[in-house]
Amino acid sequence: MKIVDTLVTSSAQQTTVSGIGRFRADFPILDIKVDDKPLVYLDNAASSQMPQAVINCLVRYQKTQHANIHRAVHYLSNLATQEYEAARCKLQNFIGAHEDREVIFTSGTTDSINLVMHGYGRKFIQSGDEIILSELEHHSNIVPWQMLAEERGAHIRVAPINDAGELLVEEYEKLFNSRTRFVALSHVSNALGSINPIKRMIAIAHQHDVPVLIDGAQAAPHLKIDVQDLDCDFYAFSAHKMCGPTGVGILYGKAHLLESMQPFKGGGDMIVSVSFEKTTYNEIPYKFEAGTPPIAAAIGFGAAIDYLEQIGLDAIADYEHELLLYASEQIRVIPGVKIIGDCPDKVAVISFVIDGIHPHDVGTLLNQEGIAVRTGHHCAQPIMQRFNVAATSRASFSFYNTKKEIDALVAGIRSVQKVFAQ
Amino acid sequence: MSLKSIYQEVILDHNRKPRNYGSLDHPTHHATGHNPLCGDRIDLDVNMLDGRIEEIVFQGESCAICKASSSMMTSAVKGKSRQEAEALIQEFRDMLVSRENKDFDHLGRLKVLAGVRDLPTRVKCAILPWHTLHAAMNSTGDATTEADGHLNKPVANNY
Ligand SMILES: Cc1ncc(COP(=O)(O)O)c(C=O)c1O
Repeated sequence: MKIVDTLVTSSAQQTTVSGIGRFRADFPILDIKVDDKPLVYLDNAASSQMPQAVINCLVRYQKTQHANIHRAVHYLSNLATQEYEAARCKLQNFIGAHEDREVIFTSGTTDSINLVMHGYGRKFIQSGDEIILSELEHHSNIVPWQMLAEERGAHIRVAPINDAGELLVEEYEKLFNSRTRFVALSHVSNALGSINPIKRMIAIAHQHDVPVLIDGAQAAPHLKIDVQDLDCDFYAFSAHKMCGPTGVGILYGKAHLLESMQPFKGGGDMIVSVSFEKTTYNEIPYKFEAGTPPIAAAIGFGAAIDYLEQIGLDAIADYEHELLLYASEQIRVIPGVKIIGDCPDKVAVISFVIDGIHPHDVGTLLNQEGIAVRTGHHCAQPIMQRFNVAATSRASFSFYNTKKEIDALVAGIRSVQKVFAQ
Repeated sequence: MSLKSIYQEVILDHNRKPRNYGSLDHPTHHATGHNPLCGDRIDLDVNMLDGRIEEIVFQGESCAICKASSSMMTSAVKGKSRQEAEALIQEFRDMLVSRENKDFDHLGRLKVLAGVRDLPTRVKCAILPWHTLHAAMNSTGDATTEADGHLNKPVANNY
């Protein structure tokens, strides 16, 4: 009995803040060198790296399980179908969805948002209607709604943020009126890292009977998501930002909404019967999965979910927060460096500018030290305009990053300043 | 030369003390260049007299590579005929995007910018002023690096 107890405590401790470092060894790519310098990969918000477990899953699938799904009676097709549907269930559990048919595989967040724009927006949004977005959105949660607004003669209203990068909920609330038909918000800003108070914002929208889509591309890799607790109507994210492969993501939608929507793409698998007179659409989720989906990638996504759950999203969030505090404290005090969007409620993303030095030069010189950061407008030009900068440098951290790497970043920033000070 | 030393030795010199920086009151030719990817923007004013570039100045918001390239370009083309300038634009562009190992010694000091070849994402920054000069001389008014399809392809095959 005693032995069992110790085992339990020690395995629990392994996934606490200090123990999380051991997972770094699972990522073969982190050992590469860039011009003889060890890679310091701090561009996780753009795309994260893949652990061996997910690589193994992809290899195993291609070597022993691959066939098209839902179509044939043979052994491999059955196996591939089972694996694909098992991945759907993993995602269902990961986000706490009520049913697995509420999880649609898409090619990624962008595709998921476009699905809702076409399937819901084009069916229900009319001339004069209003759609609320926030100032923090990624282009992929702006452009589809603009296209819809233009096509329908609808209007976009934008919820503002303050100088710290926090959404102003009171201002957001004021945007609602009798023409408001839809709200699309990011859970976490990709450019700044701010975590938005979406639960409150969803409740406000629901008081006005307006459905809400949440772009969770930057949240799902870092925070525990519970779609039923949030009560969001749609939730979208991509596998490649959370240890999975590119080319796959999901759209969660409440079943009754998905059922009310028109299909986005037409083709095989999304039908029950087809004749030239009439086609009957399949049930959800298949109604929205026309054609052969990214089967291998979806199964790999499932493996990535297993991997993240084995570490624990809470342990990940705690450790990444520690990294954020460590990095913010050091970067904040470097003279001439300013963090854009320095609010308390953030994931581990630091967007910064250096006086007199263009972010592209910062990125190029950091790259000479093996340090990978993203520089540019981060597909969020409205945010750049809000802060009156053309671009920023962005360091985004994952649970496999270390404080030593943050030290390297800080030293790198100082050495960029030194080059320019000569 | 490593990129860091290019920065240290050349680019920063032009960044701190850009040559031909400013604007002209009544330029005969003008164009604005944009690089939407990094937000670089430069304005180029040119006075052409008898088919020669008599005066050329630039100003704008840009990264150090773009600024250095602008500064060096304006020095290099001043006094040149339109044809000579167009030829130089072509050669400079070739130096940054061509896959052949040609000799670009005749480009003189401009050759130092060849180091940018290894950074496909920065090639556009170096080429922007040259595109803008071409646009100004042809009175098209605006230049963007996006219109040059070659710039979106990987540049040198040294990976
Ligand atoms: C907040 C946010 N939304 C949407 C996207 C688009 O994701 P994807 O390119 O995987 O479709 C991203 C990715 O950069 C993002 O950060």
